[in-house]
Amino acid sequence: MSLGFQELEAAERPPTIMTSRLEGELLEVSMGPQHPSTHGVFRMNVALDGEIVRKLKPVFGYLHRNHEKIGENTSYLGSMPYTDRLDYFCSMTNNWAYALSVEKLAGIEVPERAEYLRVILAELTRLQNHASLLGFLLSDMGAWGTPLMYAFREREKILDLFESLSGSRMMCDYMRFGGCRVDASPEWLARAKEVVNRFPKFLDEFENLIVENEILIARTQNVGKLSPGLAISAGITGPMLRACGVNYDIRKVDGYGYYPRFKFRIPLGEHGDTYDRLMMRALEMRESIAILNQAFEQIPAGPVMNPKVKIRAFKPPVGEAYGRIEAPKGELGFYLISDGSSNPYRYRVRPPSFINLTILEDLCLGHTVADVMVILGSVDIVMGEVDR
Amino acid sequence: MIGTGILKGMAVTARNFVGSYFEKERLITVQYPEERSPLPENYRNFPFLIYDTEDAEAGLRCVACKICEKECPPQCIYIVKSEDKKPDYMGKPQFYPKIFDIDISVCMSCQICVEVCPFEAIKMDKVFELSTRERFDALRQGKDELSKSNTYYHSIHPIEAAEVDAKLAEAAAKKKPAAAPAAPTAGTSKSTPPSGS
Ligand code: SF4
Ligand code: SF4
Repeated sequence: MSLGFQELEAAERPPTIMTSRLEGELLEVSMGPQHPSTHGVFRMNVALDGEIVRKLKPVFGYLHRNHEKIGENTSYLGSMPYTDRLDYFCSMTNNWAYALSVEKLAGIEVPERAEYLRVILAELTRLQNHASLLGFLLSDMGAWGTPLMYAFREREKILDLFESLSGSRMMCDYMRFGGCRVDASPEWLARAKEVVNRFPKFLDEFENLIVENEILIARTQNVGKLSPGLAISAGITGPMLRACGVNYDIRKVDGYGYYPRFKFRIPLGEHGDTYDRLMMRALEMRESIAILNQAFEQIPAGPVMNPKVKIRAFKPPVGEAYGRIEAPKGELGFYLISDGSSNPYRYRVRPPSFINLTILEDLCLGHTVADVMVILGSVDIVMGEVDR
Repeated sequence: MIGTGILKGMAVTARNFVGSYFEKERLITVQYPEERSPLPENYRNFPFLIYDTEDAEAGLRCVACKICEKECPPQCIYIVKSEDKKPDYMGKPQFYPKIFDIDISVCMSCQICVEVCPFEAIKMDKVFELSTRERFDALRQGKDELSKSNTYYHSIHPIEAAEVDAKLAEAAAKKKPAAAPAAPTAGTSKSTPPSGS
């Protein structure tokens, strides 16, 4: 055989078939963070023209665990530990959202101290969620490890607080209908205060690391722009929405818990690009620190649990309720229908990261493959919550 | 000027690198298993059963009411109630669990069994080094492995255990004068919980 390479190739290559899947010259690639330690198990079918994304289809469901169906088959209390596993970074806020909707359903009062504790824990959760998001985003951009480890170092201090209060770092399972499971000791509050007081130092340092970094600016500014109109019509919530300048924060809108008692501002972005989304998290952490400091000042003594709530055989009256909170990632809501039995008739979760992810294609079109990862990181997803 | 942002960032990295040699706060890694960070009082892992006195069989507080079995969200508790009664640690005849298994490969450490148990019989343990070479039987803990003494409970959760002891003592003190004039059986039947079977 003395065929040259090109002749051989021409002889052996099958005739080009134009399939509808390959769409002419576009190259279809299956990409995505597929390791549980990145963002979760997730896949995107991306159609590429050279390096430019022309089409993107997110594929969810690898982490589907029947959360809602399980919720309908266990008692109201039994679903509480499962909510920890939705967004496993923020189990405290998940607990709160679920407790809030059951309290609405059954008309349960929450003691004052418990409400303060809930605010403290929710804001601590926001601190650690946003800190680790910044770390993850930088590592998506190629700053391997180092910033992520700085963020995790701070997160670990907050998780230690959670552990000493609730018994577990991430699966806190701390809130109950009508209050919180255990009271926080004065030592715990003092420790929490110390952690919060040190946090601004970390933030200053972290902002030095990123805010003016030319590489970061080149990679994030004008990348993945989201218009306020699209954001509103797609139901985007949380820092994603506020980064495009829409002033909507459920802490202010609903005033659930004791948030109306605190003075804090809502940072707003202007361009809706990745850089704004990133900075939004940094600014929100500052506001969380302000809320925490006020809460430490104001927290009263007293019980943390409403004594009238039954722990065994808890049966709310017939009815329905939707409770929502501003979770670190956006609006987290639980919709419950009760038929008077000990299990909910319908149990529905409105997960912020799932709904924020639906516009991924609109954000990524026209950008390069490398930008897709950065944009995905800035959406702030946790697959445990997306797939449920 | 272009490049200053990167230099600023590098200064932060350098400060952290050098600082990790001097400041405890910047180097928080613990070299497990040689070093261990202490577990907080509230730490919880898997449940265990408490017995009073020295005898694990006779002193077991659990009366096999099966409430925890019913409430456990992932249904990882399996109880078989005894047919006969035996005196418990206070001398009252009670049922006891013939079989009490917890599958710790399913248990999610949620503590709901602890909260619903009316007899303070099940509590959370702190042991976490439980890896085995098998997937099934080795991870199913039976009554023998689960039973641990009240002294042990005091050693792992001192504050909580003291509260529980005080509560039990108070309940026992309250019951004694009430049960003395009435027939002793009436007192016991009132305190027997509804059986969940
Ligand atoms: S609820 Fe308590 S007493 Fe009843 S079976 Fe469970 S451990 Fe035993
Ligand atoms: S801790 Fe939770 S999952 Fe484990 S046995 Fe108790 S109720 Fe069941």
